[in-house]
Amino acid sequence: MKLLAIDTATEACSCALFIDGEIQQRSEIAPRQHTNLILPMADELLKAADLTANQLDGLAFGRGPGSFTGLRIASGVIQGIAFAADIPVAPISCLAALAQAAYIQNSSEKVLAAIDARMDEVYFGSYIVDQQGIMRSHDEERVCKPESIKIPENGQWYGVGSGWATKLGEKLESYDADKYPQAAAIIPLAVTAFKEGNVVSAEQALPVYLRNKVT
Amino acid sequence: MRVLGIETSCDETGVAVYDTEQGLLAHTLYSQVDLHAQYGGVVPELASRDHVRKLIPLIKQVLAESETNKVDAVAYTAGPGLIGALLVGVSVGRSLAWTWQVPAIGVHHIEGHLLAPMLEEAAPNFPFLALLVSGGHTQLIEVAAWGKYKILGESLDDAAGEAFDKTAKLLGLGYPGGPALAELALRGNPNRFDFPRPMTQRPGLDFSFSGLKTHVLTTWNKQEQQDEQTRADIARAFEDAVIDTLVIKCRRAIKQTKLKTLVIAGGVAANKRLRSSFNEKLNINIYYPRPIFCTDNGAMIAYAGALRLLNNQSEALAFKAYARWSMFD
Repeated sequence: MKLLAIDTATEACSCALFIDGEIQQRSEIAPRQHTNLILPMADELLKAADLTANQLDGLAFGRGPGSFTGLRIASGVIQGIAFAADIPVAPISCLAALAQAAYIQNSSEKVLAAIDARMDEVYFGSYIVDQQGIMRSHDEERVCKPESIKIPENGQWYGVGSGWATKLGEKLESYDADKYPQAAAIIPLAVTAFKEGNVVSAEQALPVYLRNKVT
Repeated sequence: MRVLGIETSCDETGVAVYDTEQGLLAHTLYSQVDLHAQYGGVVPELASRDHVRKLIPLIKQVLAESETNKVDAVAYTAGPGLIGALLVGVSVGRSLAWTWQVPAIGVHHIEGHLLAPMLEEAAPNFPFLALLVSGGHTQLIEVAAWGKYKILGESLDDAAGEAFDKTAKLLGLGYPGGPALAELALRGNPNRFDFPRPMTQRPGLDFSFSGLKTHVLTTWNKQEQQDEQTRADIARAFEDAVIDTLVIKCRRAIKQTKLKTLVIAGGVAANKRLRSSFNEKLNINIYYPRPIFCTDNGAMIAYAGALRLLNNQSEALAFKAYARWSMFD
């Protein structure tokens, strides 16, 4: 299976190529540079693997939550490739991607992922790993005040993401606020989504903003 | 050569296919006007969110209608406009081109408007004088050839279309009220009020329309009878003043440049009384786009993109949208 995944939801910009179990990734922390970086990254990865976009089996992207503009860049780019190559898309939660990375890197099995949503709010979701090593959503993702979040009592939770640099950080001992969603962590979630049939066509590859009150 | 054109710079999602041999093959437009009406103006974040939902289905539609299996380039409006809205068309357009392995072409929105009359069977030839009148711009431009544009004058404050919309709002005509105001003016008495023709007493080709709406407001407030006829009479006086000002400035620009052809484009160019006034008062060949191509549309972007393609212009993989972008050196 050949999958291309991108994420431009936060300050980080990343692209990962999955070919039959192997993952290659390009990633940079580059605020406001996503439009300059994302397609060159994808092009470079495919060229190194001697592939074109038309030979991919599917696509995945960080569908949010995150910066509205960043989400639309990812969604727009993926819609274009998916439509032109006529391949399906797995939209993946950026919070789940953060949790998945925490599992891959430190074997954290219970993760509270949070992204700074500005305006004194965070995007928040909790994840528990399943027997296949895939992070599953434990409750609904939401945007809320850090103060309103209750740390679950069932076991050892680990926090990850920029949301923990807000007041939320007062609520948990162990967290890493310096992590951003990455395309490489989207890959295992996307592979699972493809296996389970949770894929959509180009026009349904849409952002999930969570914050829907914008006027 | 066949070019797909994408326009998402403001509140309309436009897509078209233009073929350099066969002409315009298909075009479609989705207007978000109802979405923004309740806010009395375009809400940029809502505009962006809507473009990302509508664009691919519209692309699918025009490709099917034009029986296009393969395009030779993808053109998209790269600016100027609302940055978030532009980015949707740019991201989708650039990645379509990358996947299809064809050139991507970033088009200047104003260039699209200026060239829109060339989509018609009776198309103007270069060089020409262009009056661009829309909700965002009022500019007089000397078009020597493709890519050779020189600005001669522009509005120092409100654009003509903006003045129409703001005046309509003052008269309680809702949003966007420009077309409703023009409709109302048809029933107005042209001799009841006489509004000033701003900046016509001074030399030069610049415009200023913001004073006119203040004039409308003070005139309206002074009326004892604020009835429907008064509203129509004021609308008429306002519209006459705007059109007359545009005519005076164009006449001056024609004299200055000695150009023999005038192109009038942009949303306000759809105004019927503007067209009849210009045709009556200026003894020169005047070209207008058909009314649906006066407002934002994908056809003009596909066409302008085709010209850029023929002139070997294309974009790198790093893509960009420009909120501001000068077309002039």
